This record gives sequence, C-alpha cells and structure tokens, in this order.
Amino acid sequence: MSTLTATRANPLTAGQLPSFAPWVALAASVVTGGIVDSLGFGGFDLPTTVFLGAVIFLPVIYLLTRMVEGRRAAADRLATALMAGAFLLALLPLVSLLWETVSNGLPRFDGTFFSWSMRNVIGAGGGAIHALYGTLIITGIATLIAVPIGLMTAIYLVEYGRGALANAITFFVDVMTGIPSIVAGLFAYALMAIVFGPGTVNGFAGAMALSVLMIPIVVRATEELLRIVPNELREASYALGVPKWRTILAVVLPTSLSGIVSGVILAIARIIGETAPLMIAAGFTNSINTNPFANPMMTLPVFVYDQYAHPGIEREFYNERAWAGAMTLIVLVMVLNLIGRFIAKRFAPKSGR
Amino acid sequence: MAIVTQSTREVTPTPAPVQSARSPRRRIGDRVFSALATGSGIIILVILAMVAGFLLMQALPALTTSPAELEAKGYGPFWSWILPFAWGTVWASFWALLMAVPVSIGIALFISHYAPRRLASGLGYVIDLLAAVPSVVFGLWGIIVLAPAANPLYLWLNVHLGWIPFFSGQASGTGRNLLTASIVLAVMILPIITSLCREVFLQTPVLHEEAALALGATRWEMIRMSVLPFARAGIVSSVMLGLGRALGETMAVAMVLSGAPVITLEILTSQNPNTIAAVIAQNFPEAYGLKTNQLIAGGLALFVITLLVNSGARLIMSRYKEFSGAN
Repeated sequence: MSTLTATRANPLTAGQLPSFAPWVALAASVVTGGIVDSLGFGGFDLPTTVFLGAVIFLPVIYLLTRMVEGRRAAADRLATALMAGAFLLALLPLVSLLWETVSNGLPRFDGTFFSWSMRNVIGAGGGAIHALYGTLIITGIATLIAVPIGLMTAIYLVEYGRGALANAITFFVDVMTGIPSIVAGLFAYALMAIVFGPGTVNGFAGAMALSVLMIPIVVRATEELLRIVPNELREASYALGVPKWRTILAVVLPTSLSGIVSGVILAIARIIGETAPLMIAAGFTNSINTNPFANPMMTLPVFVYDQYAHPGIEREFYNERAWAGAMTLIVLVMVLNLIGRFIAKRFAPKSGR
Repeated sequence: MAIVTQSTREVTPTPAPVQSARSPRRRIGDRVFSALATGSGIIILVILAMVAGFLLMQALPALTTSPAELEAKGYGPFWSWILPFAWGTVWASFWALLMAVPVSIGIALFISHYAPRRLASGLGYVIDLLAAVPSVVFGLWGIIVLAPAANPLYLWLNVHLGWIPFFSGQASGTGRNLLTASIVLAVMILPIITSLCREVFLQTPVLHEEAALALGATRWEMIRMSVLPFARAGIVSSVMLGLGRALGETMAVAMVLSGAPVITLEILTSQNPNTIAAVIAQNFPEAYGLKTNQLIAGGLALFVITLLVNSGARLIMSRYKEFSGAN
C-alpha cells in the first residue's frame, strides 16, 4: 500500500481505486465466467455465466481492493457487493415468476376464459367465470364482515382504549396476523360443522375464514392512520362542544378517510389470493353458484390449484387454464395494489406524517 | 386587567349549566358509540377464543378415540401420525430460514444504507411485490418452473456433496423434493423479514452512525458497530415472524411435495416428509368421519405451534411498537 501511495501524484486520491474499477472488474469476471462456462460446463448459457461471474467477482474485488486500499476498505467493498447481490438474487424469482405467468397465461387469457364455467368441460375450452363470481362474492362478504369490526376496533384502540383490555386486544391482533391461513379455513369448517352439521361447505364459510385473516390487517392499517390525526383537530372539536362520538365521525374519520380506504383495498388484495382456507371451507365445483349459503362455491385461487392438481387426460389444457387463472389473480392483485397506493398518495391529508 | 377578569368571570358558566349541557341525549350517543367500539375489540378476542375452541371440539374425537380403534380403521394413533409431518414442517422451515435470512438482511441493509435515497422506496416496493403474489401462483411456479430448472443443481449436489447427510440418498428425478419446497418458502418469507428488518435498521440513531463514521469507520464497519447491535432484537423477532409464516404456509408445499410419512434428514430424495399444513390441504377435500377430525387436530397442533412462535416474536418486538406484520 505504502509503495503505491508514494508513487501517486495527487495526495487526495492516492491509494484509492478509480471509481470505474469495480465495474471493470465485474465485466471482466462475467466474461471470464462465460468463457469458463462454455469450456468447462458443457456449453454457454446465461444463468450459469452470471452465477460464475458473481462467484469470480467477489474474490477479485476483495483482493484488488486489498492490494491497493488495504484490508478494511476491501471488507467494505466485499460487503457492498454481497448486499447488492442479495437484492439482485431476490429479483430473480420475481422476474421469472412474472415472466412465466404472463407467457404461459396469455394463450388462454381470452373471451372464453371469462365467459365459460367448467361445467361439462373436458379437455380444451372452458373458463373460470364460476371462479370469478365466487371470488367476488366471497371476498365481498369477507370485506363486509371484516371492515366494520376492524374499523371499530381501531377506533377503540386509538380513542377509548386504556388499560389491560386495550393491551390484550393489541397483543392478540398482532398474534392474529400470524394465524396460518389453513387454520382459519379449518375454523370456519369446524364452526359450520357444529352449527349446521358436518360437511357443510359453502361460500359464507369461506367468507368467514377470509374475514378472520382480514380483520387484523384492517385493524393495524386503520389504527396507524387514526393515530396520526393531529390531536389539535380533536381538541378544537371538543372546544366547540361537540360530543366525542360526533368528533370521531365528523373530524377524525374524514381526515384519515383516504388512508383507511387504501388500507382496506390493500387488505382485500392480501386476502383475494388465499387458497387453502377456501379449499376447506368453500369447496370445489365446476358450476356457477351465486348463492353463498348453499353448496360449494369455486374461487379463482382454488380454480388454479384444481386445474393443476386434478387434470384430465389432456394435461396441457388444464395447465393452460391454471396459468391463465394465475395471471388473472396477479393482475387483480396488482391492480388493487396500484389503486390502493394511488388513493393513499393522491388524497393523503397535507398535515399527515 | 381587573376589569377583564371580572368580565371573564361573568361569561364563565357556573357548574350548573355545564351539567345541563351534558344532556342525557348526548350521553346516549357517546355511550352507544363507545360500546360499539369496545364490543368490536371484544369480538376479536372472542373470535380467537372461538378458533381455539371449535378446533378443539372438532379435534377431540381423533384425540380421545382409543389407539386400537384408530388403528383398526386405518388412521393410526394421532401422535405417531402427526410426528413425521411435524418434523417435515420444522425441517422445511429450517432450510427456508437458512436461505431467506441472510438474503433478507442483506437486502434490508442495501435498501436502508447503501441504495441512493431517491431509489430506496422504489426498491422497497419491488420487494413488496413478492409479498403480493398469491401463494397458489408461487406453488404453480415452484412445480412447473423451479423444480425442472433446479434439478441439474440437485443432481450435482447429490453427486459431489453426497457425503453430507442432507444431500445423500437417491436424488429425485423430477426436482419435486423438500429443497424445492424450501426455496419457494424462502422466497415467500423474504419480503416480510426484509420489510421488518428495514424498519429496524432505519430506526438506528443517526448520531450513532455519524459518530462511527467520524471515527473513520468504513460504511461496513459503521453498520457492524452501530446498526447491527441496535437492531439485534428486531432482527431476531422478524426472523421469528418469518418462521411463523413458513410453518403455516400451505399451498407452495402442497403443490411441490407429494410427501411421505417418513422422518429423514435427506432433502433431495423423492421420499420427503410432508408439512402439517400441506397434508391437511391435500387430504381434507376427500376426508370424512374420523379422518376429518384427525386433520383438524393436526391444524390445532399447527395453530398452537405458530401461536407460540408469534407470541415470542411479539414479546421481543414489543419494544418497537410502531410496526407489525400487517403494515
């Protein structure tokens, strides 16, 4: 290190790698990886090349920095490379998943898919309209159950809650976020079995399972928003002689309305893809059923699972429908997420945060 | 001054009008509303109690029927039935954590301390996209895309590292093994660990960081000296929350593994133990009678395990009140 620094002219940049050095090292490593791949691992392909390039790059950048800048700077560069690598590694499954879903889903993402059910369909054709109806009905009912309970609980926690009960509710809401989704399904099934006799499987049971999963999400999202409503607004309202409940309805809730709406939309996006509880509580069917209180009701996630897991003789048609269903689900979730985030951003109160 | 006080005194209402201003009508509105709010909070506690209670009621037949009778009907005693699946749950979650934790901490540090400020929230959103993908789509991707793609790697591991017990045995030819399931699980729990760790890292007091930098520390040394010690409890509890997710995750495992009731360390063979959640999902739609009770008892066991793990995580995290898995 000292010999190198002695030869440099500029004392400020002496003993440092030029800023382009890591990029040059990276490019050289990837090229080397490509050469090694085509010679030693039986032919060139991109994933192996990138992987080998990364493996070569890490020691190269470490040794290079260590020679010029010293041990501590070398450890720093190595850590930076590892962390950026972790991020890129996580992008890999995301990109692959989105690409495969879209490319495999597009062939059947057509009019038939959105206008046919699977009734009496064997092999080609058929669609998921029964599953779409089911998903909309069950998610709608779950939202109707979960939003009032979740919203009022959040109001309790922020405006009224003191002492042991509030602490217990906060703790158990947190615990509730961790309930495995399949356990929620078993709960709904067990409830129906005790009340209406064993084997009662219908859309309402599915909605109950989903609302168990949705309530804690709504509570947490709403609670956070109610807490950031400035206390001055409440006090101004009290000072005018407005009772507490009207203050909450007329001042607190309108102030945080956009955030609550976006929180509810994000919560819907979270539960609309739940599969396991609906398999257990709402069951399977190939026909359209719009009555949530009788007979099994198909939903989109269960449709995807069913097409994959119980195929007929011509497997490719079933796989195509499964991918098209998966693509529909992803589009639904992404659109809901975008709407939720847009509302949160666009209509956020100016005083917030 | 004296005059002003006098006039105020005149305007100030006496105690009596204050009492009458709080007329019974107003009080009723307040009382009804606060009762509604408190009631909703209590409903949540009741729902949780109902989840435990109804599961227990439906599980009891499988737990109390004599082992001999269960054996005769072909179900086997409950504890010996569930043991392989409990092992599979733990083993699959272990590998998922092993892969997900270092990567998530790296990503969280990258977003909180390395990425340019303007990009940071966008990068966080990209990782959150992973959390938005429905689990059934992950399952489909895992079995149709990941398993065939990763199979050469499994064969390589089996041939060259077969002396390690995990990688020994007859490797599955299809890639449908425990490791594939664990990789999918790892991808699924990665966003939650990342977002929780990121929150904790961002809470590190800026003065600590600047003090470290002022002493001449490099960025990595600053992170090791100020960020990681501060965030230790947060990291532990976010890992436990990730574990809770992995233990209860159903569809990815149910679609990837065919599953067998064996207890083994090997993760590359086609004879892998199933997880509790997956075995419920695979068998419930066709189950009847005592089998249903047995599967519900399995669900109860899973509920208790995840409840313990999550409560532990929440207790550790209670010192950072601002965040939880739901936001």
